Amino acid sequence: MIIDINFIGLIIASIMASAVPLILASCGELITERSGVLNLGVEGMMIIGAISGFALMTVTGSLIIAIFGAMLAGVLISTIFAFLTQTLITNHVATGLALTIFGIGISAMIGKNFVGIPGKEFPVLFEGLKDTIPLLGPILFGHSIVFYFAFALPFITSYFLKKTKIGLIVRAVGDSPESASNQGINVRLVRYACILYGGAMSGLAGAYLSMIYTPQWIENMTGGRGWIALALVVFSTWNPIKILIGAMIFGGLTIIQFHMQAIGVRIPVQFLTALPYIVTIIVLVVISRDSRKIRLSTPSSLGKSFHKDN
Amino acid sequence: MHKFLIRSFVSSLVLIFTLTVAAVAKDVKAAFVYIGPTGDHGWTYQHDVGRKAVEAAGFKTTYVEGVPESADAERVLRQLANSGHDVIFTTSFGYMNPTNKVAKEFPNVKFEHATGYKREHPNVSTYAARFYEGRTILGTIAGTMTKSNVIGYVASFPIPEVIRGINSFTLAAQKVNPNIKTKIVWAFTWYDPGKEAEAAKALIDQGADVIAQHTDSTAIVQMAEKAGVYAFGQASDMDKFAPKAVLTSVENNWGPYYVDRVKAVANGTWSQKDTWHGIGDGMVVISDLDSQMPADLRSKVKKLQADLASGKVHSFTGPIYDQKGNLMVAEGKTADDGMLAGMMTYVKGVEGDIPK
Repeated sequence: MIIDINFIGLIIASIMASAVPLILASCGELITERSGVLNLGVEGMMIIGAISGFALMTVTGSLIIAIFGAMLAGVLISTIFAFLTQTLITNHVATGLALTIFGIGISAMIGKNFVGIPGKEFPVLFEGLKDTIPLLGPILFGHSIVFYFAFALPFITSYFLKKTKIGLIVRAVGDSPESASNQGINVRLVRYACILYGGAMSGLAGAYLSMIYTPQWIENMTGGRGWIALALVVFSTWNPIKILIGAMIFGGLTIIQFHMQAIGVRIPVQFLTALPYIVTIIVLVVISRDSRKIRLSTPSSLGKSFHKDN
Repeated sequence: MHKFLIRSFVSSLVLIFTLTVAAVAKDVKAAFVYIGPTGDHGWTYQHDVGRKAVEAAGFKTTYVEGVPESADAERVLRQLANSGHDVIFTTSFGYMNPTNKVAKEFPNVKFEHATGYKREHPNVSTYAARFYEGRTILGTIAGTMTKSNVIGYVASFPIPEVIRGINSFTLAAQKVNPNIKTKIVWAFTWYDPGKEAEAAKALIDQGADVIAQHTDSTAIVQMAEKAGVYAFGQASDMDKFAPKAVLTSVENNWGPYYVDRVKAVANGTWSQKDTWHGIGDGMVVISDLDSQMPADLRSKVKKLQADLASGKVHSFTGPIYDQKGNLMVAEGKTADDGMLAGMMTYVKGVEGDIPK
C-alpha cells in the first residue's frame, strides 16, 4: 500500500470527526463536575439531544432550530437532574443513572416515528480549500461548524476556568461549597447553571451524531459514547486539554484498528477492538501522574450534596 | 347530513368486517421475541414488519423487544406461553437453547426459532433465509462496477452466517472479475452507526470503491454516498438514504412465512419443519436495480436472480477452494446445506484470517 501524505490527512480528519461528540460532552460534563456535581446522565442527555435534533430537523426543516433545539432539550432534561439533586438533595449517582435510563427510554418513544427517514445534508465550511494544502487541507477544511466549535471548546473551557472570575467561582463551589456559600456565593444557583450547561453540551454532542456524523435516527445510536465521555473527564483529571488528547486517542485507535484490519495486519481483531479503551486509559493515567496537580484540579466536593442551613 | 350518513354507513361496514375477522381468528395469538429494538431499521425492524403482516391477516400478536439471549429469554418465553399465546417466534440465534427448554414445558404451544438448528421437541420448528443468494447478486454487481478492483466489506461477527455471505459475495465477484480483492473489516457490532461509518471510511480511504455490509444500520450507505462510492442496502431497502450510492438492497421478507405458520396453527395443520427459504420462496428479496448500472448488467442480474430462484444456479458451485488451496466443493457439485450451515473457512480470494 502506498502511504501518501493526503491519505494521512484523510485519516487524521476522520479521527477528528469521530472525536467531536466526545469532546463536546466531556467538556460540558467537566464544567458540571468542577462545580461539585457528578452527573452520570451524559448518555441519556446525549441520546435526548440526538432524537430532538433529528426530529426538529425533520419536522421544521431548519438545521439552526434543530441544533439549538437539541441543546435546549439537553438543558430541559438536565433541569430534572438539577431539581432533584440541588433542590430535593437526592443522591447524584442514583439520579444520574436514572436520567440515563429515562433518556434512552423516552428517546426511543419519541423516535418511533423517525426511524427509516434519511437525514438532511449538513453544510460544511471551506470545502473548496480542501485540496489547496497537502496534508493540512483535509484536516483544516471542509467540516461543519460544530466540528470547529468542538475543537475550540477545550481551550475556551480551560481559559474560562483559569482566567475568568466566573470560572473561579465555579471551582470554588466545587472545592468547598461551604466556604463559597460563606463568601456570599449562591452555591445552588451556580450548580444549577453548570448542570444545565453540561446538558446543553451533551445535547449538542447527540445532535452531532444524528444530524452530521451519521444523519439518521435509530434507537440507542449514541452507543455508549456518553459513558466514554464521562470516563474521559475522570482520566483527564478534569483538564480540558487532556480531554482533547484522550478523545483523539480514543477516536484515533478505533479508526486505525479498522485501517490495520483492511491492510491485513495479523493481530487478533478482538485485541484491536479493545485497544482504544485500554490505550486511552493508560495514556491518560501516565500523563496525569503528578499527584499534586491532580489534587489541585479534582473538585474536592464532587458528588457530595450541599445543604445550606437556613 | 348526506355526508354524515354515508360516513356512518361506511364505518359500520368496517366495524362489522373487523368484528367478523376478529371472530374467525379469535383463538390464535402469536408472540414475537426480539433481540433489538423495533426501531433499529434493520434485523428486528424487518421481523416486526413480518409481525404486522400477521396482524393484517387478522391475528392477534404480541411482541417483546430487547430481550437478552440469557436466562431472561427463558423467563420471557415462559410468561408468553403462560399468557395464552399459541405460537411464539424467537427471532435470534441465541434463543436456541431457551426456546427448546421452554418448549418442553409447554407441549401445546408451538415454537418457531429463527436461524437455529435445534429442534429437540415436536413443537419446535426452525426457519432461516438464504441471504447468501442475495450476496451472490451483490458480488456480481460489485465485481462489474468496481474500477479500483478493491471491494470493501464491513462484517459484524465471525459466525457461519456472515462467513457464508463473504464467501458467496467473493465467489460471485471473482467470477465476473478475477482481479478483485475483497478487504474485510470486522466491526464487532451488529449496529453502531458511528463505528460502522468509521469502518466504511477506512475501507474507502484505502481505495475500495464498492462497499458491502453485514451490519444493520444505514450509516455505511450514507458514508458511501458522501465519499462518492457504491454500496448495497442491508435487511431493508436503503435507497432513500443514499440514492446515488445504493445500487440495490437485499431485503429480509419474513411476512409470508409468518402468516403461513400462524394460519397453520389456526387450521390445526402446523407440524415441525426446518425451513431455509431463499429468493425462490420470496424470503430474500432484491430491491430495484439502480439505473446507474449498465443495461446489460441489469439484465444479467435479473437472469441470475431468476436462475437462483429456480435452482438452476447455486451460489456455491464447484470447483471451490479454500484459502490454502484445498478443494472444498468439487467441480460440478454444489455445497450441501450441512456444509453451508457450518461454514467457518474463507474461500480462495478472500484476504486475511477469520478472527477466532
